[in-house]
Amino acid sequence: MSLFTFAVLAVLAIGSAAGLLLRRNPIHGALFLVVNLGAIAALYLMLGAEFLAAAQVIVYAGAIMVLFVFAIMVLIPGKEESGPDPRRGARLLAVPVGALLCLLLVFVVAGRWSGPRGPGAPSGSVAAVGRLLFTSYLFPFELTSVLLLAAMVGALLLARRRA
Amino acid sequence: MVPESYYVTLSAVLFTIGVVGVVIRRNPLVIFMSIELMLNAANLALVAFGQRLGNLDGQAIVFFVMAVAAAEVAVGLAIIVAIFRVRRRLSVDDLSLLRW
Repeated sequence: MSLFTFAVLAVLAIGSAAGLLLRRNPIHGALFLVVNLGAIAALYLMLGAEFLAAAQVIVYAGAIMVLFVFAIMVLIPGKEESGPDPRRGARLLAVPVGALLCLLLVFVVAGRWSGPRGPGAPSGSVAAVGRLLFTSYLFPFELTSVLLLAAMVGALLLARRRA
Repeated sequence: MVPESYYVTLSAVLFTIGVVGVVIRRNPLVIFMSIELMLNAANLALVAFGQRLGNLDGQAIVFFVMAVAAAEVAVGLAIIVAIFRVRRRLSVDDLSLLRW
């Protein structure tokens, strides 16, 4: 049963990723990416990472994708890839090279797994992840706030209309 | 119970689709979305590894990746909007100069 759920979610994730790759209109690509992020959130749930599934929906599908859709609306979609591609041959080379990369990744990372299995599945609840973040990872966690502040100031500075 | 190697294989496939998307698309917004796809594929692999090893460190790292991705998207989209204001076109082939 869980294998069936995994297969459905995997097909959904790969199909929506291919849709992002193939559709010309960036707004269609953004909607496909939302489907992909939702499928990955469901996969997190299957892996027992409840906190990350919620964070994925809130941060990615909720915040980042809204930002993307806003940017697409501002930047007049559909006009930038309309002409013929002057480097079509070079770009099509990406498909066989990508297939090779995929084989390599599957073979090296996923193929030969013989490491020791850990002591049972960890609990990915908010309490467990929060305890870890506020003990072992306290310093990086605080650095994250500085990073987000710097990104916010930088985005404001870059997007400001020059008077 | 689905073996963790299935998740890692799926993550490898999604990562490859992201790489191909970065190479073959010309719209910087779609390139950005492909980068998000690659980050998510890496996150999925991290969670699967953490599940396999039985500790939560993978999930903590995914949390930081999400925070960095949010910062990256905010700054990156601001840069794209700034470039569009100056050049009125949006194709990465036009952006071969490091100044304008």
